[in-house]
Amino acid sequence: MEEKPKAVLVIGGGIAGIQAALDLGDMGMKVHLVERKPSIGGRMAQLDKTFPTNDCSICILAPKLADCFRHPNITLHTLSEVKNVTGQMGDFSVKLLEYARFVDEEKCVNCGDCVAKCPVKVPDEFDMELRKREAIYPYYLQGVPAVMTIDRENCLYLTRGVCRICEKFCTSEAIDFEQKDADAMLNVGAIIVATGFDPYDPSGIPQYGYKRYRNVIISLEYERLICASGPTGGHLTRPSDNRPAERIAFVQCVGSRDFKNNPYCSSVCCMHATKEAMLAREHNPKVKSCIFYIDLRAAGKGFQEYVARGEQEYNISYIRGRVAKITEDRDENPIVWYEETQSSKTNKMTVDLAVLATSLMPRRDVKELAKVLGVELDEYNFFKTDPLNPLDTTRPGIFVCGCCREPTDIPESVAQASGAAERAAETVMR
Amino acid sequence: MNEVRVGVFVCHCGTNIGGFLDVPGLAKYALNLPNVVFAKDNQYTCSDAGLTEIRNAIAENKLNRAVVASCTPRTHEPLFRSTCKEAGLNPYLFQFVNIRDQCSWVHMQERERATKKAKALIRMGVARAVLLEPLEEIEVEVNPRALVIGGGIAGMTCALSLANRGFEVKLIEKEDRLGGTLNNLYMLYPTHEEASKLVQAKTKEIEKNPKIEVLTSSEVEDVKGFIGNYDVTVRQGEKERFFKAGVIIVATGAGTLKPVGMYGYDGENVITQMELERMLEKGRLNADTVVMIQCVGSRNEKRAYCSKVCCPTALKNAMLIREANPDAQVFILYKDMVTQGTSYEDYYGKARETGTTFIKYSPEKHPVVENGSVRVYDEFLGEELSLPYDLVVLSTPMVAHLDSADLAQKLKVPVDEYGFFLEAHVKLRPIDFATDGIYMCGCAHWPTNVGESISQAYGAASRASIPLSVGHVKTEPSIAVVDEDECSGCSLCELTCPFKAIRIEETEKGRKAKVIAASCKGCGACGAGCPQKAITMRHFTDEQLLAQVITLAEAVP
Repeated sequence: MEEKPKAVLVIGGGIAGIQAALDLGDMGMKVHLVERKPSIGGRMAQLDKTFPTNDCSICILAPKLADCFRHPNITLHTLSEVKNVTGQMGDFSVKLLEYARFVDEEKCVNCGDCVAKCPVKVPDEFDMELRKREAIYPYYLQGVPAVMTIDRENCLYLTRGVCRICEKFCTSEAIDFEQKDADAMLNVGAIIVATGFDPYDPSGIPQYGYKRYRNVIISLEYERLICASGPTGGHLTRPSDNRPAERIAFVQCVGSRDFKNNPYCSSVCCMHATKEAMLAREHNPKVKSCIFYIDLRAAGKGFQEYVARGEQEYNISYIRGRVAKITEDRDENPIVWYEETQSSKTNKMTVDLAVLATSLMPRRDVKELAKVLGVELDEYNFFKTDPLNPLDTTRPGIFVCGCCREPTDIPESVAQASGAAERAAETVMR
Repeated sequence: MNEVRVGVFVCHCGTNIGGFLDVPGLAKYALNLPNVVFAKDNQYTCSDAGLTEIRNAIAENKLNRAVVASCTPRTHEPLFRSTCKEAGLNPYLFQFVNIRDQCSWVHMQERERATKKAKALIRMGVARAVLLEPLEEIEVEVNPRALVIGGGIAGMTCALSLANRGFEVKLIEKEDRLGGTLNNLYMLYPTHEEASKLVQAKTKEIEKNPKIEVLTSSEVEDVKGFIGNYDVTVRQGEKERFFKAGVIIVATGAGTLKPVGMYGYDGENVITQMELERMLEKGRLNADTVVMIQCVGSRNEKRAYCSKVCCPTALKNAMLIREANPDAQVFILYKDMVTQGTSYEDYYGKARETGTTFIKYSPEKHPVVENGSVRVYDEFLGEELSLPYDLVVLSTPMVAHLDSADLAQKLKVPVDEYGFFLEAHVKLRPIDFATDGIYMCGCAHWPTNVGESISQAYGAASRASIPLSVGHVKTEPSIAVVDEDECSGCSLCELTCPFKAIRIEETEKGRKAKVIAASCKGCGACGAGCPQKAITMRHFTDEQLLAQVITLAEAVP
């Protein structure tokens, strides 16, 4: 009798992990998709639009989320982490830690009655802490699974033993404080790592004033600010005074191509800055944007044309020169100091908002995961691969795709995800 | 005909709809519409409770049509369709009405008028539901063989992977040996391994693999059919070969631009990077001062794109020149140094440290190659330099093969404005064609380096293996049907169809349009264009759509 092929474990529920899981599921293979956040979607769900077509990010992602959720061959493990891996290629034993949600996924209908009653207010991670949320909350509006989660760090009942008001108002009887964290054991034939990236924290470059000046923000914060489902309902306003931002500086290579921080190029920032500047102009025709860059890297399909459109139709100025520092005037307007390489002159520009294109870095706790998986990282802590074997980690049977491998844009992440699925299928079906 | 009995389910979606529209009022309104025998509002129609309610209502009220007024079919239609199916109702007798995106979300401040609009939409939905017909999905067998066109690194990798998965592969290469562009390269960046070694290793693996048949000196002559069932004709010299395939992978690579008439190109003192590779390989380089010029023939008006691989190639060759001749001086004149990702910034640094000089020129002031020297305006220094040279090397972009348009026509797939093959969706379907069953990888799609080509090749293998693994494909029945009595065989539909799903065939009744059910996406382009009105779009018939328009006119006096 033929033995049934083993399942595949996919770690990370962003676009790369989702695509890998869908390909494998569609081939007829069983997949366990592990995501440590309450819902899948990853970084792509946080983006407003995508270059070079300006497609709405969540609108093109949402059907994939639903496909993953409904797929008969895919088991989602949200709020879960991989804690231990033993065995070898073709036969791995994986220990998962599944954290309690304190909400019954089957019963919760995501109505929001509980949220309306919860007295706690804490910064919302998905919206880059630009707004407050409650201790019981939907991870994001279109998140999958579409259920509430109780934040154990901040829930009054779970921290101080009083409240339970959400339980009282839940007509579906979905609140379950009895839920416990649980271990789960999986037996899989191959593993795909797709844990994505964290943005660089520009506090490490004090001369840019991030966190000191309220109107200096990072790109991911900007994505939430300009997004219709974001904290301002898509109105591009300055964090300091809610005035519309009309003069915007985009500062490139923040933490990237920087030997004190990350010497590598993050690949996607020239393009997302162009997109972000375009969107601002679409929201408000009075907007004037400047992008400060070192080399303009627009190498993908339609990218050069996109930049040209930005210049011609969206009033974007591309200024070649590294920004030396950012200061602030009395009205909290950021002042960008830069050297224009063409004229070698130092110059300054006062703007309403400065957006730092921070580099894409491996997840902060990637070393722990690498240790659990028994795979090597490269000098920058991305998962190590060989240029001619680009989807294989250093341990046979464990594959990698997307931004945890190297900064990559969405199409390349998707192509790699399919590729990693193929490598896993080759392993498991061998 | 049986009595039409419609059930309408109006969703509050928590406060998403319920907070902005009079949802109970909408349910009450629906109950008074023609043919509606059941109408109810619920908190979450898509929750387990809501779905159970639908199933029960269908059984208890003998409903033979179901209408849900809630969110969007993009995310929820499959769910409601399968719910209908579970209750014994044909899923195509389900009608979606989107009152969230189209009413509550966009008219949040106007409760009354938004509710009125929702009423009109529900009324239209019911009018169409009455005329819906049951449809069955079509199942097509898939031939378990793959055709891979192109025997470069992408095609070889893809073929090997599919063969390792157990599928039979025909690998077609137009040259007399495998290897593609790699056969023209000396070393690979950033590892400086010999390209020929990689080709040899892969070729050996392929030769050993009994699942792969390689056809060299061969070209695809004709392809007929559709996903799962392609009839392929390949010409190998005098011989013609015929076989069947279930899927096709395009891995035909790209060429490089020959800079005829540019910068004094003569193939001797002014050469291309490719020509330099050959000189380096043969150890025939005899030059103490080499000037490389980037973006020759790219990032200009005719060819706006950046070819991505030329900057690392120049870095590599600059370093190889200095390894071979440590006294050599190498200048790279560039617009923007494109060294993306984690490997190439270091590589750039290494080239700089090992003595390559970089000069940025501006797009407005191109370098000029004169007898014995190159004049260039250095943007950093702000002055013009004159660089004497022994050899000028031009970095020219990858360009689509001249015959790719021909192949595109045979496969009935699109190419972009530069002749590269065009993917189904720029973000989320980068290696699929819009036509099911055909996939792409490597430079046929866009300039890529070897590593990216390999990743994409595995990706294309994955995508192609889906129908191969399942063994059959199910297709939507909401497609075009031709009334042969009305069809005049004018072939306008064949020209219009973006999926090549309709073609003219000779029949007993003369030339008639035939729909290839497995390829048709039901987009309606053929139906809209047909001068004879001989094409009906199943599930979107004129009657169904007109009923909606007429009832809208009645609702809005």
